[in-house]
Amino acid sequence: MSSEKILSESTEEYLEVLYKLSLKERPVKTTNISSMLNISPASVTQMIKKLEKEGYVHYSPYKGVTLTEEGYKVASNITRKHRLLERFLHDVLKIKKEKVHDQACEMEHSLSDDAERALCHLLKNPDECPDDEELIPVCDFKFETCEECHKRRQEEVNEVGKRDKNLVSITDMKKNEKGKVSFIRGDYKVIRRLMDMGITMGAQVSVLEVAPFKGPVELLVRGSHLALGRDIAKNVFVEIIRETTSRSGGAVSYG
Amino acid sequence: MVKLPECIEKSDYEKTLSSSPKNETSSQPCDITLALAGNANVGKSVIFNYLTGSDQVVGNWPGKTVDRAEGNLQYKGQNIHIIDLPGIYSFSTFSMEEIVSREYIAYENPDVVINVLDASVLERNLFFTLQLMEMEVPMVIGVNQMDIALQKGFQIDTEKLEKALGVPVVPTVATRGEGLQKLIKKAIKVSEAKKIPKTPIEYGGEVEKVIKQLQTFLESENINLGYSNRWVAIKLLENDPEINRQVESLSERAIQFSNYLALELEQIHNEPSFSIIASERYALANRIAAGAQERCEYKISLSEKLDKILIHPLYGYFTSALVILGLLVWTFVLGNFISEIITNAMSFFQPVDPAMSGPVLAVLWNGAFGGLVAGLTLIVPFVIPFYIMLSYIENSGLITRVAFMMDSFMQKIGLHGKALIPLILGYGCSVPAIDSTKILETRRERLLAAFAITFAPCSARTIIILSLVAIFVSIWWALALYVLDIIIIFVMGKLALKAMPGESTGLIMEMHSLRLPSSSVILKQTWNRTKSLTYMVFPIFIAGSAVIQLFYVLGVLEPISNFMAPLTVGWLMLPAFAGILLIVGVVRKEFVLLTLVSFVGTDLSLALTPVQFIVLALIGMLYIPCLSTISILIREFGVKAASVISAANLITALLVGGIAAHVLSLFL
Repeated sequence: MSSEKILSESTEEYLEVLYKLSLKERPVKTTNISSMLNISPASVTQMIKKLEKEGYVHYSPYKGVTLTEEGYKVASNITRKHRLLERFLHDVLKIKKEKVHDQACEMEHSLSDDAERALCHLLKNPDECPDDEELIPVCDFKFETCEECHKRRQEEVNEVGKRDKNLVSITDMKKNEKGKVSFIRGDYKVIRRLMDMGITMGAQVSVLEVAPFKGPVELLVRGSHLALGRDIAKNVFVEIIRETTSRSGGAVSYG
Repeated sequence: MVKLPECIEKSDYEKTLSSSPKNETSSQPCDITLALAGNANVGKSVIFNYLTGSDQVVGNWPGKTVDRAEGNLQYKGQNIHIIDLPGIYSFSTFSMEEIVSREYIAYENPDVVINVLDASVLERNLFFTLQLMEMEVPMVIGVNQMDIALQKGFQIDTEKLEKALGVPVVPTVATRGEGLQKLIKKAIKVSEAKKIPKTPIEYGGEVEKVIKQLQTFLESENINLGYSNRWVAIKLLENDPEINRQVESLSERAIQFSNYLALELEQIHNEPSFSIIASERYALANRIAAGAQERCEYKISLSEKLDKILIHPLYGYFTSALVILGLLVWTFVLGNFISEIITNAMSFFQPVDPAMSGPVLAVLWNGAFGGLVAGLTLIVPFVIPFYIMLSYIENSGLITRVAFMMDSFMQKIGLHGKALIPLILGYGCSVPAIDSTKILETRRERLLAAFAITFAPCSARTIIILSLVAIFVSIWWALALYVLDIIIIFVMGKLALKAMPGESTGLIMEMHSLRLPSSSVILKQTWNRTKSLTYMVFPIFIAGSAVIQLFYVLGVLEPISNFMAPLTVGWLMLPAFAGILLIVGVVRKEFVLLTLVSFVGTDLSLALTPVQFIVLALIGMLYIPCLSTISILIREFGVKAASVISAANLITALLVGGIAAHVLSLFL
């Protein structure tokens, strides 16, 4: 996910413009950027230098700017989001052509990759954006075909939450230790069933008993005793809650 | 895990259902239709039994292998039809029970739904209650097992709960009948007023906003699925495939909009929308539960102490083994004892051995009578005690503890802990055992379990092993056959797993608190189960036995037996008449023995060599399931699966038998 690095909106905006301009000329002249963004050439140069430092562009004075590989990736992604949004605003929400560009400019920065994907499904994999009929860049998801991508959206979510380093599988929890459910992976139906049974994100669980020979684990969750097979249990991850004051001594903390 | 077997009246139900969508299974007109809904093991069936008494039928939901229990109650001149919905935790589409329940509530519109809660696990139970309220049905809540909650240290203020939910709440202890009169009174009142909880419980901030937005949109699109639109909106956001499909056929725009809203939510929380809604609903349930319950002083109860032992990493295995052994010993010892009494009593009237000569009518009569005795000596001594014990083990919660301990072993043949129960049953009789595979989640698992069961040495096969091998060869050879059978079960289980690959369902099982089950529920459950089994087994026994004996007398079996000679005599090295024994044995395995006796007299050692005894016992043990087993296989899994299983049995028997015949004749 590209959201790991949070880029400022202006960075994204610059990269987007560079993407568009570099389809016509390479390297892109800074004057073209400044006229497109309606910003003085001086501040454009300043920003470009900043982008170069971050590794998104190569800049040689008097010649112009070219996108690095990394820069191209970010730029095409943001452009894709922008154009998909334009399509959405125009086709689904029936907003006038002239207005969609500005609106999309606002929205593109906060659109997650998942949302982008769903948008693409909703619009049935569009090729062009409505206002100037430019091509929408391809997505950078690892799917062979659009069809494959579609199926996954409908059916399977095989992970919920984010797997951080400090998380522990419940099979590794000690008895009577408390943990907060933070990450579940596995079969979609199993995840749904677990959530119905109370193992939702943030729910507090503790281990009551573990059967030997890789047998199931008995948990206490939301006041109910739940047995989970080892293969399911090992894919539920928690953040251990350190108890600062153990008033009750643990033994009577369940029931 | 309270499961009742489906009943023979299934087809009747389908008829009544197709002719009139409303419930009119009873001949009397019903004033009120009442549905019981709630999680599994909250005491719904206890309430159902209390209310309906003996006036109840257990059938099947049309086309589904889910039990449909219904009954009638006369209350102050009103005729109340009660339906006990299966115990479920949510209204998703991941199990038949859930689909059946939600479609019943939406399409058959019960006048009132009684939502039964387990007071000791209030929060988890309220998760379901909230979903029921979203469906906007007239409802009453019975907070059951107040006594167990108190033992666990929870004091529940039902008035506060009533205020928080806006639905009438009645505290009950169903096992003692407490509060049930009040519950039914409130339910009638609600059904008369058709009172639907007006203000739905609202979710937190943006989730509620999104639900409302979608609900308004659905209304503007004039979507009506029979469910409330708020519920449909929530289900769409939860990505419910069934509702998605239904809405999509009416308005694609609605789906697009819901996808868009779901994404908006996912963006905020960085989680799939179904997960957000589950969390929000639980947060709500938690708040309501916390507001209505107070912790009070409590002692660690006996059941909790017992529980510690039952799932102890070491003692747990002993107790599990004890439970299994206890069940087997109880069934066998008691069963054999009663079986003998019945056989003796019946032979007083008529010889029960197969008649192999005489006038046709006499043979038919003898055959039919023999079949009747066969049925009686199966159902009364073995099945009834077994069902009673099983019901106890199930309802007390013992079974979940055994499943917990045994899960890792069962995983080896692709099944989880709960599948142990049908397998143990198989040692008694395959028919109820296959029936009980219903407790497993998927058809694949049910099939795997049923397949393993057909190899288990049921009581009839045990009799063959004992009387052929133990008496005429040696007890050690009999034991060896038993051990061999267990190995065969394991090997065949592994093979079946190879043949039917697929994800095996992991164990997700609630371990509700241990309790002494109410004997009225036990007896009624046993009665319903026995009844449905009787309807199925008796006609087969009677007709099958009569026909086969008739065939024999008419000389039809002789040519078949001769035709089979290359196999029986050549490969298995048995006497020529063995073909007839095996055909007769299909009706009922003991017939192998009885027919043999009628051929050669009681001293069997004159006719067979030790190797032949062992081979005959082996074949008799494995070769094909008996008629009643085949018929339940057909009922549960269809003709194709039943034939495949029978064929696999036959091939295994011939292979193992032939090899044994050739190898053993070198030594013995």
